[in-house]
Amino acid sequence: MNIVVCVKQVPDTSDPDTEVHIDSTGRGVDQSKFSFVINEADNYGVEEAILLKEKHGGEVVIVSIGPEAANQVIRMALAKGGDRAIRLEDEAFAFSDVYATAKILQSAIKDIEFDVVMTGCMASDDGYAATGQTLAQLLGVPHAAYVKSVEVIDEKTLKVGRELEGGLLEMSEIKMPCVLTIQTGINEPRYASFKGIREASKKEIKIMDLAATGLSSDEVGENGSLSVLKGYSMPEVGELAEILEGDASETSTKLATILKEKGLV
Amino acid sequence: MNEIFVLAEHRQGELREVSLELLTLASKLGPKVTAVLLGSGVDEFANKLASYADRVLYVDDSMYANYVCSAYQAALSELIKKEKPGLVLIGNTGQGSDLIPSLAVELGCPFTTDVISLTLEGDKPVAVRQFYGGKINGTIEFKDAETYLIGVREAAVPAEELGKSGEIQKIENPITTEITVQKFLEYVEAAVGEVDITQSAMLVAVGRGIREDKNMPMMEELAQVLGADLAGSRAVVDAGWLPPDRQVGISGKTVKPKLYLAVGISGAFQHVTGMKGSELVVAINKDPDAPIFQYADYGIVDDLFKVVPALIEKIKELKG
Ligand SMILES: Cc1cc2nc3c(=O)[nH]c(=O)nc-3n(C[C@H](O)[C@H](O)[C@H](O)COP(=O)(O)OP(=O)(O)OC[C@H]3O[C@@H](n4cnc5c(N)ncnc54)[C@H](O)[C@@H]3O)c2cc1C
Ligand SMILES: Nc1ncnc2c1ncn2[C@@H]1O[C@H](COP(=O)(O)O)[C@@H](O)[C@H]1O
Repeated sequence: MNIVVCVKQVPDTSDPDTEVHIDSTGRGVDQSKFSFVINEADNYGVEEAILLKEKHGGEVVIVSIGPEAANQVIRMALAKGGDRAIRLEDEAFAFSDVYATAKILQSAIKDIEFDVVMTGCMASDDGYAATGQTLAQLLGVPHAAYVKSVEVIDEKTLKVGRELEGGLLEMSEIKMPCVLTIQTGINEPRYASFKGIREASKKEIKIMDLAATGLSSDEVGENGSLSVLKGYSMPEVGELAEILEGDASETSTKLATILKEKGLV
Repeated sequence: MNEIFVLAEHRQGELREVSLELLTLASKLGPKVTAVLLGSGVDEFANKLASYADRVLYVDDSMYANYVCSAYQAALSELIKKEKPGLVLIGNTGQGSDLIPSLAVELGCPFTTDVISLTLEGDKPVAVRQFYGGKINGTIEFKDAETYLIGVREAAVPAEELGKSGEIQKIENPITTEITVQKFLEYVEAAVGEVDITQSAMLVAVGRGIREDKNMPMMEELAQVLGADLAGSRAVVDAGWLPPDRQVGISGKTVKPKLYLAVGISGAFQHVTGMKGSELVVAINKDPDAPIFQYADYGIVDDLFKVVPALIEKIKELKG
């Protein structure tokens, strides 16, 4: 079973020190202080692909659009069991929307004989939750989004569970080749072993620029997009919480007193 | 713009509220509004939708009894090609979000997802959506096209009674071939646990900020001295620190306790959806910009590893 996994390097937004500031262009954010990690859902995608490979054989190919620094998340996916990788990078890719991004991914994937392409269900930075479904349509294959369980039925068929509101699982069958967008919590992502990390440094990361994709500059970036991010703005915030000031001893005393006054303690 | 299509969503025999929210939004944009319904045995839904739309276009066929992307996409692309609405609104739900991108690409329509506010400038939509877990907003515009497709976030706009009496048009199924690439099997309900957090009077909700499983006992102690139950964000459930039935949010439970004490939770919209109806919300988070503070009555901006132990002691003292 040949599986392609799309991984994106994203800023670590769970780190309290990751501050998001709009840059001077108004269309970007200041990335200078970010620490980068693999997108959370993509980490589960990598694990699911490796689990399937361990059970059914085949190859796992990691694909990422991103700068050289993204090699770090790619290497980690290779260390866990990915076989080879493709990284796409070109200045012309900047300001690509979901559609253009999916075209770039498709250019790398179309020549691979895949059974399944996995993406994360959502990237934590832009949160479109749309790239996998878009890619499926470009590849001309069916897809299932928010996948929380995968079972191989036969050579051509998977049984998948899509997670809906309230945690309800929608079970269905889907024919391969197909695209699955993987939801967090589907498995327990492993840590890379030292041996894996050593071996990963020898595995191939093929670099593709615009010319290598076979796409023209009109097909990527803002020109190749259907939607355009005009600019970022700070959200209008409603009434903010009353912040209790002081050190931990003071704030905890204030909070305990409030809870007591409200009859909750 | 000639008209706006709104896709009605139903599941397990119920018309979902998001359908009425989107019809409310559409009715404020100006053009004529058509509710589009695919289902099986859904006359009743069509009647209900008629009071929120100028027209209801519906297909009644067993192939639409449950959502299947390939079938829905095939039918909708035929309808949209034929009727050429200027704008199509679909709820950005587990169903809609699955469907929007591939449908849009098939039709060549500009699209975007998870929109929280939408306006029309002439015939073109301008959409606002969140980035970076709700820390900033972005404004999205579109290339010129005949039809635009927009996924609108659930509960972004409250549904209002519109008192319309739209014309109901039941039409032939535009799809005559059988869909074989995908097949619906069944729904599996989320497992129930020993404690029903939707009934809890007080909840201590744990987020990824606690960092490791070994810090859970501290949170258990806080819950215990308060007489509260433990709940958590999806991140904590995914990590296996709490069982799935303790998850609060869009893919977990909706809770309305007297006290919701959120510790190390950022306040992503998917989480907040499940707790914003709580009576009193208190958040402890190191990051002053964490969106959770927008939903809290009281906040402490500090390291939870300092505040929680102190708070446990203070509550013990108060209780004597
Ligand atoms: C389809 C879908 C459905 C989802 N459904 C749900 C759902 O039902 N429920 C849900 O919760 N999420 C859901 N999510 C995930 C959601 O988007 C967020 O990823 C999740 O809520 C984040 O959990 P968190 O706040 O615990 O972690 P993070 O967002 O990582 O936040 C951790 C917070 O801890 C703070 N922190 C770190 N260290 C400390 C410290 N020492 N002291 C104090 N504070 C600290 C940080 O400042 C940060 O704000 C869903 C996502 C998708 C795509
Ligand atoms: N630059 C990228 N490189 C590789 N994969 C990506 C990229 N952008 C998005 N994806 C994939 O698409 C998924 C969904 O992203 P999004 O639609 O932006 O929320 C991510 O989890 C990734 O798997």
